[in-house]
Amino acid sequence: MPAVRFDRVTKTYAGARGGVQALGGVSFDIERGEFFGLLGPNGAGKTTLISVLAGLVRASSGSVSVIGHDVVADFAAARKALGIVPQELVFDPFFSVREALRIQSGYFGVKNNDAWIDELLAELGLADKANANMRQLSGGMKRRVLVAQALVHRPPVIVLDEPTAGVDVELRQTLWHFIARLNREGHTVLLTTHYLEEAEALCNRIAMLKQGRVVALDKTSALLAGTASTMLRFKTDQPLPPALAPLARVTGRIVQLKAHDAIEVEAMLGRLRQAGVAVEDLEIGRADLEDVFIEIMGGAA
Amino acid sequence: MSLAGAGTLFRKEVLRFWKVSFQTVAAPVLTAVLYLLIFGHVLEDHVQVFAGVGYTSFLIPGLVMMSVLQNAFANSSSSLVQSKITGNLVFLLVAPLSHWAWFCAYTGASMVRGLAVGLGVFAVTFWFAPLHLAEPWWALVFAALGAGLMGALGLIAGLWAEKFDQMAAFQNFIIMPMTFLSGVFYSVKSLPGVWQAVSHLNPFFYMIDGFRRGFFGASDVSPWLSLAIVGGSFAVVAALCLRLLQTGYKLRS
Repeated sequence: MPAVRFDRVTKTYAGARGGVQALGGVSFDIERGEFFGLLGPNGAGKTTLISVLAGLVRASSGSVSVIGHDVVADFAAARKALGIVPQELVFDPFFSVREALRIQSGYFGVKNNDAWIDELLAELGLADKANANMRQLSGGMKRRVLVAQALVHRPPVIVLDEPTAGVDVELRQTLWHFIARLNREGHTVLLTTHYLEEAEALCNRIAMLKQGRVVALDKTSALLAGTASTMLRFKTDQPLPPALAPLARVTGRIVQLKAHDAIEVEAMLGRLRQAGVAVEDLEIGRADLEDVFIEIMGGAA
Repeated sequence: MSLAGAGTLFRKEVLRFWKVSFQTVAAPVLTAVLYLLIFGHVLEDHVQVFAGVGYTSFLIPGLVMMSVLQNAFANSSSSLVQSKITGNLVFLLVAPLSHWAWFCAYTGASMVRGLAVGLGVFAVTFWFAPLHLAEPWWALVFAALGAGLMGALGLIAGLWAEKFDQMAAFQNFIIMPMTFLSGVFYSVKSLPGVWQAVSHLNPFFYMIDGFRRGFFGASDVSPWLSLAIVGGSFAVVAALCLRLLQTGYKLRS
């Protein structure tokens, strides 16, 4: 039984002109113990899919289950198995950090949970803020509390919806260290992020969504291997020769060209030399997940 | 239903108003005392109510019950609207709580707030005029049932409203007129015939009248009739509220 199963999930939001389709039949499984990445541009349906999983949004058709429990028919068991870190930085201004965690624990029927709450506070660097009111915390600290609230009932499946958006380096390190530990201990992790280097470093399998559909689903290593494996990167102020210009990805002065092998790299360099283009900081490297992402998002209609 | 989860939500809702009790308990007590001082002073010798009962004595139970009802409504409605607008309702929405747990916790905490304010108003005002509880069980039954009815109604209003001004409209254009025209400040028997009939369509009238029965052993209508109407209203409002919670009305899109 998979940790999470999405089965032909569709979602159409009611709207003025017949509604907007956010999900167009999404199916995939996340196995137990996986560190799974869900990627896609803004508006691809990532948050809608996670909201259906969490029970915040109801699917128009199809079904979702968590460890075999349907999120609608058997919602209590499904929600007990899930810990969701929401994308929005929300908090209850009436309570201290410890009160908020005890309350969240109580909602899940977990009593006398202070030992685990203390461990969460320590692991997330919140120990000295335990009795501070939520209003007094900085944005980064509030984000840590959101993570602690999601984990307070020790859910086997952890869902992080862009947990590091606008978060400083220190918290990212703390968070990933802790989440990686939980994953090693057997927790399944589903992550959405805009930071593709994070997904590449952490996730062993990745699904990419585009316009509400899965356009790629594979092991991270297979996705990286399946695309052009070499990238030629350099900086220049001059226009590229016509043979190369359509192939290049240009960001300011930085030019990136993908190549399948060393011979193709040589040919590209030859063209640049012939055209008299002066290049700086030339490097040849492996394609990363960002390259794969751009290729897939650009290609699949 | 997860009893532990419902219990936690109930305690959280009580703690929420208790942490700001100056605003949620002390302020409404002061408001009621001001009504008593002003109306009691102006109307004491002008308004005839029950035989042998002075106007201030008559007014006190009305004010107590009005405070119970208004504050029970305010508790669930404002808590829910605030949570919706600030977004922290998501903590509840991802929890494994049934619609019964939501209903019992929010309504129960509203009853606690309403009864706490009512007790506060009573403690401060009963020095002003001779009062004794002739049939105290009626007072208890109507206070509890009225608070429950208004807590559940507040929950419905909180589910429906998306903005604070919608909630304010609900409060100002429905709850306030119905409480003020329910006989808190007068006996409906003193009204012209047509207005007496209109008052009898207002469920708030039966809550106030039944509650007053507990003090004076006299009322405008039979307390059993009031109990049937208030109990029936509670059942209807509770059923609607549970249905809205179960279907996720304005909670789960």
